[in-house]
Amino acid sequence: MTSLLATVAIPDLLVFLLGALLCLVGAVSILTVKNPVHAALSLVMTLFGIAVLFIELQADFLAAVQIIVYAGAIVVLFLFVIMFLGVDRKEDLAVEPIVGQRPMAAVLITALMASIVALGLIGHFDVGPATQTGMLHGGAGNVADLGRSVFTTYLFAFEATAGLLVIAVVGAVVLARRNNPDDHVAESQVEELA
Amino acid sequence: MSIPLSWFIILATLLFGIGAFGVLVRRNVLVMFMCVELMLNAANLALVAFARSLNDVGGETTVFFVLVVAAAEVVVGLGIVVAIFRRRHSAVADELSEMGG
Repeated sequence: MTSLLATVAIPDLLVFLLGALLCLVGAVSILTVKNPVHAALSLVMTLFGIAVLFIELQADFLAAVQIIVYAGAIVVLFLFVIMFLGVDRKEDLAVEPIVGQRPMAAVLITALMASIVALGLIGHFDVGPATQTGMLHGGAGNVADLGRSVFTTYLFAFEATAGLLVIAVVGAVVLARRNNPDDHVAESQVEELA
Repeated sequence: MSIPLSWFIILATLLFGIGAFGVLVRRNVLVMFMCVELMLNAANLALVAFARSLNDVGGETTVFFVLVVAAAEVVVGLGIVVAIFRRRHSAVADELSEMGG
């Protein structure tokens, strides 16, 4: 461990530790806080930590997009729905609805993480040639690399995301629309069945 | 020398594990959703770390598409949560058991 620490530059190490700390503290507090609003704010902390790690990995564009899309748009959407529904009351975390649910989940997740780490330790991955879809240059060249890749190799997938986003927006409008006459029919049918 | 790949993979594993634990344990649908986002981000971190390590831009491009899909998923998912809340006035997963027999 000490020899490994000696090979890593101190600034890199500090940035990594800061990012890792932000991620883990945020992630654990999503699990432990009672109020959904606080969970959303903890999610911002984790996402910001991930953005710090992206910068450490010289993925500048993705770090910026991570802040704008995730911490900006997605978490605001979460907060909007929490406020809109008025479910920002505290949840009683002491209640365990299914007996033994938490110990079983802990055992399962520990086994999952141990097997991932074990695979990394014992596996010899055949990753093929060093570059398949283009070289990656760090720093300022990163945006150009990513743009060239998106608009050449992955052009069809990029165009398809336009359709995906339109479908998602239309779907959200249909799902969240109020006063649909069909809904009343369906609700009365549900009540009759019940 | 920069940070070894294995550190990032171990961190991504931890974040994925915490997210999966949250999905299994928490009962508020919105908090479960946030834990799914946490798992997606852990996968993104691993992809970027591998892209850096293998010097291949494909990993970062994949993360770009994961971001788009995650945005679409959150929009539709929260739409479903709003629709369920309209009918059942609850955002707790255990109370949504009409189809449970």
